[in-house]
Amino acid sequence: MSEDRLSRVFAALADPTRRDIVARLAVGDATVSQLAAPYNVSIQAVSKHLKVLEDAGLVTRSQDAQRRPRHLEAEVFDMMTAWIERYRRQAEERYRRLDAVLASMDDDKSKPTINKGAAS
Amino acid sequence: MSTNATHEAETRQTTIEADPNLPTIRIIRDFDAPPEKVFRAWIEPDLVVQWLGPKSTEMRIDKWDADTGGNYRYVAIQNGEEVAAFYGSFHEVRPSERLVQTFTWEGMPDGVSLETMTFEDLGNGRTRTIGLSVVENLETRDAIMASGMDVGVNEGYEKLDALLAQG
Repeated sequence: MSEDRLSRVFAALADPTRRDIVARLAVGDATVSQLAAPYNVSIQAVSKHLKVLEDAGLVTRSQDAQRRPRHLEAEVFDMMTAWIERYRRQAEERYRRLDAVLASMDDDKSKPTINKGAAS
Repeated sequence: MSTNATHEAETRQTTIEADPNLPTIRIIRDFDAPPEKVFRAWIEPDLVVQWLGPKSTEMRIDKWDADTGGNYRYVAIQNGEEVAAFYGSFHEVRPSERLVQTFTWEGMPDGVSLETMTFEDLGNGRTRTIGLSVVENLETRDAIMASGMDVGVNEGYEKLDALLAQG
């Protein structure tokens, strides 16, 4: 996934109403009016939120031309998970090197190893 | 999360938290060493160079004054060439408890992150480190996470494998 796309996904999910919509679509496809029902907002407002989610590739419209139910693209979340996992692995790799450093420090526990410039 | 030593393999795994609403990255990791020792590995230059840099690069420290108000600069060297340089200040060095630094990659001189590392004593000679990075905006945070921040990150895990093989 490109960085732009990832930023759009993150930005899309930064809004609590949109996260709510995503959670509802995870249960099953729904039309705009079905999605708008639980909120104190207009159908237009929900449509705007859906537009942001669609632009981020998180939500698509089904073929049914009349109802146009919205569908959650779950694989986008899989990609995001993979992307965060890659970052996590890099941190883990670094910290495993630190594990090794900490283990090697056992031997000279009492020896001061501060070494700012000239050793004396 | 269990802190039982018999579960150390699973509890040592790094966890990452990226808040959808805030330009932050939180990195949490447990270590099998007391806070004093983990802290030393974070501030003593001869120890830092052994683990902080990406595996495919050598880390050369140009300046390292790890006291409150001090500063640092280091470069990453790959095949004898400098490929990246980083600098910042040590805002606070509170031994064995807390380390606060600014961090700038010289390739993006207007960018700066605030790095707060907290060292929690878990008892039984173990420590939990919680690293919080705060950057300018969500786009920057996402770009950092997408790029992996490190230089040469795609070079795999050979260095790690080698370390682990040494036992």
